[in-house]
Amino acid sequence: MSAMILFLAVIAAIIAWWLAGQGLMAKPWLEVGSVGAAGMGDGDAGGSRLPAQKIGLGVFLAVVGALFTLFISAYLMRVSTQDWWTTPVPRLLYLNTGVLFASSLCLHWAAIQAARGQLDGLRTALLAGLATALAFVTGQVFAWRQLVTAGYTLSDDAATSFFYVISGLHGLHILGGMIALARTARLAGRQDAVSPRLRLGVELCAVYWHFMLAIWLVLLALFAGWAGSVVEFCRQLIA
Amino acid sequence: MAVVLVLVAIAVGSVLFHILSPWWWTPIASNWSYIDHTLVITFWITGAVFVAVVLFLAYCVWRFRHDPGRRAAYEPENRRLEGGLAAGTALGVVVMLAPGLFVWHQFITVPPGAAQVEVVGQQWLWSFRLPGADGKLGRAETRDVSPDNALGIDKADASALDDIVIEGGELHLPVGKPVKVLLRSIDVLHNFYVPEFRAKMDMIPGMVTYFWLTPTRTGTFDVLCAELCGVGHSVMRGTVVVDTEADYQVWLSEQPTFTQLQAQAEPEGLPVPAEMAQAPGER
Amino acid sequence: MVDASHDGNDLITPAAVEDVELYHPHSWWTRYVFSQDAKVIAIQYACTAIAIGLVALVLSWLMRIQLAFPGVLPFIDADRYYQFITMHGMIMVIYLLTALFLGGFGNYLIPLMVGARDMVFPYANMLSYWLYLLAVVVLVASFFTPGGPTGAGWTLYPPQAILANTPGGQQWGIILMLVSLIIFVIGFTMGGLNYVVTVLQGRTRGMTLMRLPLTVWGIFTATVMALLAFPALFVACVMMLFDRLAGTSFFMPAIVEMGEQLKHGGGSPIMFQHLFWFFGHPEVYIVALPAFGIVSDLISTHARKNIFGYRMMVWAIVIIGALSFVVWAHHMYVSGMNPYFGFFFATTTLIIAVPTAIKVYNWALTLWRGNIHLTLPMLFSLAFIVTFVNGGLTGLFLGNVVVDVPLSDTMFVVAHFHMVMGVAPILVIFGAIYHWYPKVTGRMLNEAMGQLHFWITFLGAYLIFFPMHYVGLVGVPRRYYEIGETSFVPASVHDLNVFITVVALIVGAAQMMFLFNLVWSLRHGREAGGNPWRATTLEWQTPQTPPVHGNWGKELPIVYRWAYDYSVPGAAEDFIPQNQPGTLGVTREAVA
Repeated sequence: MSAMILFLAVIAAIIAWWLAGQGLMAKPWLEVGSVGAAGMGDGDAGGSRLPAQKIGLGVFLAVVGALFTLFISAYLMRVSTQDWWTTPVPRLLYLNTGVLFASSLCLHWAAIQAARGQLDGLRTALLAGLATALAFVTGQVFAWRQLVTAGYTLSDDAATSFFYVISGLHGLHILGGMIALARTARLAGRQDAVSPRLRLGVELCAVYWHFMLAIWLVLLALFAGWAGSVVEFCRQLIA
Repeated sequence: MAVVLVLVAIAVGSVLFHILSPWWWTPIASNWSYIDHTLVITFWITGAVFVAVVLFLAYCVWRFRHDPGRRAAYEPENRRLEGGLAAGTALGVVVMLAPGLFVWHQFITVPPGAAQVEVVGQQWLWSFRLPGADGKLGRAETRDVSPDNALGIDKADASALDDIVIEGGELHLPVGKPVKVLLRSIDVLHNFYVPEFRAKMDMIPGMVTYFWLTPTRTGTFDVLCAELCGVGHSVMRGTVVVDTEADYQVWLSEQPTFTQLQAQAEPEGLPVPAEMAQAPGER
Repeated sequence: MVDASHDGNDLITPAAVEDVELYHPHSWWTRYVFSQDAKVIAIQYACTAIAIGLVALVLSWLMRIQLAFPGVLPFIDADRYYQFITMHGMIMVIYLLTALFLGGFGNYLIPLMVGARDMVFPYANMLSYWLYLLAVVVLVASFFTPGGPTGAGWTLYPPQAILANTPGGQQWGIILMLVSLIIFVIGFTMGGLNYVVTVLQGRTRGMTLMRLPLTVWGIFTATVMALLAFPALFVACVMMLFDRLAGTSFFMPAIVEMGEQLKHGGGSPIMFQHLFWFFGHPEVYIVALPAFGIVSDLISTHARKNIFGYRMMVWAIVIIGALSFVVWAHHMYVSGMNPYFGFFFATTTLIIAVPTAIKVYNWALTLWRGNIHLTLPMLFSLAFIVTFVNGGLTGLFLGNVVVDVPLSDTMFVVAHFHMVMGVAPILVIFGAIYHWYPKVTGRMLNEAMGQLHFWITFLGAYLIFFPMHYVGLVGVPRRYYEIGETSFVPASVHDLNVFITVVALIVGAAQMMFLFNLVWSLRHGREAGGNPWRATTLEWQTPQTPPVHGNWGKELPIVYRWAYDYSVPGAAEDFIPQNQPGTLGVTREAVA
C-alpha cells in the first residue's frame, strides 16, 4: 500500500495547504457582525474564484487518481511475490501512447482556441481530439488481441490479469471522457461564438485528457517493468 | 430526572456487572499471562474513564437542568482545561500502549530452540504435523495435496519422510517447552484458536503464519476455528492435549510417520471433507 | 448561481438575484420522483435506507433467535445463518448508515446550513440517488436468486467468498453483492462530489469555514474521506469479480477444495484484506464523523449553550479524518500479515483516541453550566455519549495489538463495533430525526411515543451489547452458527444469550413504533412553526417551513456570526440566529 500512502500524502498536503488559508485558527465567536473581513472570505480572500465545475473535476480526478493508485498498489504488492512473470508489452502500446499524446495535444490546442474565441479552430481541434481518442481505444483493443493471440489470456497469470483489468479500466475512463467531449463538440457545432459555457467545457475536457495521459504514462511504466526496477532500486537504497 | 438516575445506574451497574458476573475468561494454560495483565490494566483505566464521564454527565444534567429563570454560561473555550485533558488522555494511552507493545514484541519473537509443530487447516478439519527424528519439518505445498497426501508434503524432500502426520486427530504438546506453531491452510482462511492459550493467528492458503507459546499446565483443550471458513465454521473442532514429558514421549512413539502413512494409504483416499459438510451444511 | 461575495466593500448587496441554473420541476414526476432538489433527494435516500435497514433488522432478529433458541426456527440452517449475518452487516454499514448520514442528512442539511439554494450539481445528485436505489435493488435481488445471497461474512474475505462451500459463492449471491457495491460506489461518488463542492463553493456570503455548524464539518470531512476510501472497495470488488467470473487469481492462491485442485494460483488473500480495510476503517469514521457533528449541534442547541471548544472540535474532526487512513491494519493483527506492522498500527490507533476523547470531553463540558432542556434530541445525545464512550473504550482493547490477540474474532469484537458504530450513530440518527423532523414536515413528532421509543432503544441496546462483551471474554467466537459443546463455555452463557435475544426482539419492536410515529405525526403532529428549538443555524431561518425548492426567498441569507450564539450575555433572547446582523457580543472577549 506504499503507493497509496504516497498518493494520500500528496492529497493531504493539498488539503493542508488549502486549510492553511481558511483561518482555522480564528476565534469565530469574536468576529461578530463582519461579513467580508480579511481571512474570513468564502473564497474571496484570494481574488477570483474557480467555477464549481472545475473544483468538481479536481475532486473527481482525485478520486480517479486514488482508484488507479490502489490498482498500482495491488500490482506492486503482487510483484513482490515469488511466482511473478512480467507480461511482454506489445509494441503497439507505444504507438497508442503516441496517439493518446496527440489527443492530449489536440485538447490543449482546443483550449487555446477557445480562449481566443476562434470557433473554427476549436471545432477542428475538438474533432481531432475525439478522433485520436477513438484511435487510442481501438489501438488498445488491437493490443489486447495481439496479446491473446500470443497466448496471454486474462486468467493466464497475475501480470496479464493486471494488464487487462487496469488498461481496460483506463480505456473505460477514456470512453467516458469521449462522451463528455462529444457533447462539448456538439455544443461547439451549434454555437455561433464561443460562449463561456463552451469554453469551460473545453477546459474541463482538456484537464481530464491531460490527467488520463499522465495516468497512462504511469501505467505504461508499470507494465513495462520500469516501475519494478525503480522499486528495486529504492529497496536497495534502504537495504 | 429519570435520566440522572439511569445514568448513575448505568455507571454503577456496569462496574457491578463486571465484578459480580460469573463470565470471565477461562483459566490460562500458556505463558501469555502478560496478555491477561495488559488486559486487566486496560480494564481498570477504561473503566475509570467510563464511570467518570457518565457520572459527570449525570451531575451536569441534574445540576444544570432547565430553569426558566437562569441562563447558560457563555464559554467558547478554555485552552488550559482542554490542553490538560488532552495531556491526561495521552498519558493514559501511553500507559496502556507501552506494556502492549512490549508484550507484542515478546509475542512475535520466537525463543531459539522452540520446537516446531505444524497445524494445517482445511474445511473443516484440523491436521497436525510434527518433525520426525531429524527435528525438521519437510517442505509442503498446496499443489502437492492429493488423496493420499492430505497435507501436500513434498515426497522428494528427505527431511519430510520421517515427519509425523496426524490427520484429524489430537495434537499433543509437552508441558513447559516453548513451541512454535506453524500455520498453514490448503483451502480458505482459518484461525487456530485455543482459548486457554490466549494466542491465535489466521491461517492463509499459500502462506505459513506462526505464533509461539509455552504450555504451562497439562490438560485437554478445545481447538476452535476463529475465522469464518464456510458453513462448517462452527463445527471445525479439534483437541490439544498438554502432556507431561513422559506421557508425551509415549504418545509420540505411537504416531505414524509420513512414510508409514504412504505405505498403508494405497487403497483409501484422504479423509474426505465432504463427510464433515453433512452436519451443518445439510438442508 | 450569481454570487455576491466578489465585491470587497462593506455594503451588503442582496446576496443573490434570481439564479439562472436552478432547476425547475415541470411536472409531478420531476418534482417528487426524478427530482433534482436536494431536499427531495434527501428524503428519497432516507426512506430507501430505512426500508432496507428494516430488512437488516429482521435479519438480526432471526440470527439472535438462532443463537438463543437453536433450531426453534427450522428454516435457519447454517447456510441461511451465514447469509443473514452477511447481509445484516453489509446493509447496516453501507446501505443504511453511510447512505442515511451522507445521502440523507448530507443532502438535506448541507445546502440549508451553508445558505445555498441547492447542491451545485443537481443532476448528478439525482443520478446518485437512482444509482443507490439500483444498488439496493441488486442487493435485494440476490435474496431471490438460486442459492440466495452471499454468506461470506460482510468482510467478503476470499478465498471462501467465491468457493462452493460458502452460500452464494459459486452461484449468484457473491456476484450480485459485488456488483451492487460497485454501483453504490459510483453512485456515492456522484453525490460525494456534490457535498464537497457545495461546501467549498456554495457557501453564502459571510459563511466562513469557521462559522460552519459542526454538522457540516462532520459530513464534509466524512465525504472527503469516503471519496478517497471507497475506491479501495471498488478495486477490491472489481478484482474479486474477475476472480469469480473470469478465473483470474488476484486474491486466489493455489487451493484444494473438497479434495480437488482448483485452477487458481499465486494470488494473495491478504491483499484483499489490505484493500478492504483501507476502505473499511475510514468507513467507521465516515459513519462516526457526521454523528459527531450532528450530536455537537444537538447538545449545543438543547443545552442553550455554545459548543465548548469549537476550534478544537473542528481540528479534532480533521485530525481524526486524516489519521483514520493510517490505522486500517488494526483489523488485521492476527491476519498473518507482517507482525512488525503491529507496532505501527497499534500506535496510530491509540493516538486517534486522543482527539476522539477531546470531542467527548467537549460534549460533556458543553453541558457544564448549560441550561439543559431534556428534549428527545438531548436525551438521544446523552445516550449517544454513554454508548459511544463505552464502545470507544473497548476499542482501546482491540486497538492495542497484543490485547487484541485473545479477543479478536470473539463476540467481544461484535459487541464493541455494534456499540460504537451501530448503537451510537443510530442514536444520533434518532436524535437528529426528532430534531429536524419539524423542519422537514412542519410538525413535531409525538412526544409520548418518542419517550417510550427512547427509553426502550437506549436501555435495550445497552443491555444487549454491554453483556455481550463478556460472552466474548469467555471465549465464544463470533460468526458461530451454534457454539455447541466446549469445555470452557459455561452453561450460564446460554442464559445470557437468551436474555440478549429477548431484549433485542423488544428493541426491534420499538423501532416499529418509531416508524409509526414518523407516519402518524405527518398529519397529527403538533404544528412546529419555523424554529421550534430556537436554534441559530441557517436551516431554521428559512422563509417557509418546510423549505420550498430553492430554500430561500429572493435573497440568500447573509451570515454575520458563528453557529453557536446561545445565551450571549446582554442579548434579549438566549439565541441569536447566524443571519442576524449587529455587533452584539463583540465585547465578549472579557467573558471568554
